[in-house]
Amino acid sequence: MTLTVFYLLSALSVFSGLMVVLSRKAVHSVLYLVFCFFTIAGHYLMLNAQFLAAVHVIVYAGAIMVLFLFVIMMLNLNLAAEAQKTPWIKISAVILSGLMLLVLVASVKGAEELSAAQPQNDIGLVKNIGNILFDKYLLPFELISLLLLSAMVGAVLMGRKEPQPQNE
Amino acid sequence: MFSLNSIAAFVDAWLNSTFSPATALAFQFIIIGLLAISLFAVLGLVLVLMERKVSAYMQIRLGPNRVGPKGSLQTVADTLKLVSKEGLTPAGADKFLFNLAPFIVMIAAMMLLAPIAFARDFQLWDINIGVLYITSVSSMAVIGILIAGWSSNNKYSLLGAMRSGAQIVSYELSAGLSVITIVLLAGSLSISEIIHSQADGWWIFKGHIPALISFVIFIIAVTAETNRAPFDLAEAESELTAGFHTEYSGMKFALFFLAEYINIFIVCAIGSILFLGGWMPFHIGNWAAFNHIMDYIPSSLWFFGKTFFLIFVIMWFRWTFPRLRIDQLLNLEWKYLLPIGMINLLLAAAVAIGGWHF
Amino acid sequence: MNILQTIPLNHYIMLSALLFSIGAMGVLLRRNAIILLMCVELMLNAVNLLFAAFSVHHADGGGQVMVIFIMTVAAAEVAVGLAIIVMMFRKAGTTDINLFDTLKW
Repeated sequence: MTLTVFYLLSALSVFSGLMVVLSRKAVHSVLYLVFCFFTIAGHYLMLNAQFLAAVHVIVYAGAIMVLFLFVIMMLNLNLAAEAQKTPWIKISAVILSGLMLLVLVASVKGAEELSAAQPQNDIGLVKNIGNILFDKYLLPFELISLLLLSAMVGAVLMGRKEPQPQNE
Repeated sequence: MFSLNSIAAFVDAWLNSTFSPATALAFQFIIIGLLAISLFAVLGLVLVLMERKVSAYMQIRLGPNRVGPKGSLQTVADTLKLVSKEGLTPAGADKFLFNLAPFIVMIAAMMLLAPIAFARDFQLWDINIGVLYITSVSSMAVIGILIAGWSSNNKYSLLGAMRSGAQIVSYELSAGLSVITIVLLAGSLSISEIIHSQADGWWIFKGHIPALISFVIFIIAVTAETNRAPFDLAEAESELTAGFHTEYSGMKFALFFLAEYINIFIVCAIGSILFLGGWMPFHIGNWAAFNHIMDYIPSSLWFFGKTFFLIFVIMWFRWTFPRLRIDQLLNLEWKYLLPIGMINLLLAAAVAIGGWHF
Repeated sequence: MNILQTIPLNHYIMLSALLFSIGAMGVLLRRNAIILLMCVELMLNAVNLLFAAFSVHHADGGGQVMVIFIMTVAAAEVAVGLAIIVMMFRKAGTTDINLFDTLKW
């Protein structure tokens, strides 16, 4: 039962991931990516990582993808046809990524079967995540807030209109 | 006693005794789905009528008074009109997305129903991250609105959708912060535990100043999140015709309209759960006799009473304040509500740690 | 519910390898800078999924905390990246990635 659900979710996420790459319109890509993120949230739920699933949906579907949609709608990208790469580059791109997949899969195939450790299933609950986050990882947590602050400053600085063109 | 909980327990027992467990579960799913849809339909009818009547009385008019006794069937007639209308798809629209958008908004509204407790022990899904679930699902609706605006191939729709999206995304932060204040005080994310923590008084009374401030911020933020006046510049009639649903007609427009009112109901229900105790009757500390008398009023009545009171307050706003400009709207959020909310969160943390709440 | 006794960890590794390769293919295939950012998001998510799976497998919350950190980094990356793209669009009127190799406008 769980295996069937897993395969279904995986097929959906791979399909939507492919459509992100292959869609002609940028807005369609964004929507497929949103769908892909929902299936990944489903995977998190199956792993019983509830907090992660909720935060994933809030951050990705609620904030990041809305930002993408905003920029695409603001720039009105659909009117201008996207420049395409030459067929040679396209073919080599597909081959390259296929080779990378091959290497990744082969390296896992060669490894010994991972023994199923006793999974402690309530590891993903908010309480346990909070305990770890504010105990063991307190310093990275504070540093990440600095990263967010600097990103915010940078985005505001770049996003605003320049007062007047500078003379060179 | 005919409480909702005992009726549900009776139906559950009857189904399980009559059918096999799997069939009983399937029947329960069907019953829940039907109940949710009929609740939505009834809520839509009642809320639209309530809106028209409330605004009429505020302007010293009568409001709808032709169809049915005192105009009570007016919205039924309106719905019939909408259903019989033709659903147009504008030329140049992205057909699939255009038809998909109302359903995304509607599904997001429906999913929000799951963790809400309508009466004592009467809740579909008591998920232990209830508040987080509500926050994450309500962020889905933005995507539906943006798709609707973009796929209509109409500049008014697009502008309305972008205003609406910017507004919802910004005000979500304030709403989230004020929700977190209550989570801090109650010490739990689960809806049922938050309600049970208010057994000796609602949070708005026993949470001191932080709860009051966050209640005010919450009401302002949800008014903006549901695109209601005075924050309705996403569909400001005088500027943008009707905002993101300009091009929608017939049943698809009805879905947007319904989702809007359902969202008002849901945010008010969440507000009443977090701040006014949900189905918890009005209790005062250890006045056992008084509390006992209050318990005689059915819990569902308490819940719907509080929720409809909040809905009334939000409708009241509409006829009290003039509409804000977009820069005023964003200034209000980013320069006032968000900093106040953050300082308030610190205050709430102090109150929670010090145990100063009652 | 013992999920991991029914779903082997290898499945998660395969799935995230697949998603990661799809993201890499998108980065190599497309020329629209916004789509490139989206493909990078897809690759990050593949890694996130693997972190979460291993975290549950080893019963160690550190992996899930790492996912939260990656999400923050992704949010920061998108904010700055999209600001750069918007600025580039204002200057050049397109979001073609090939414009970036001129280094000045």
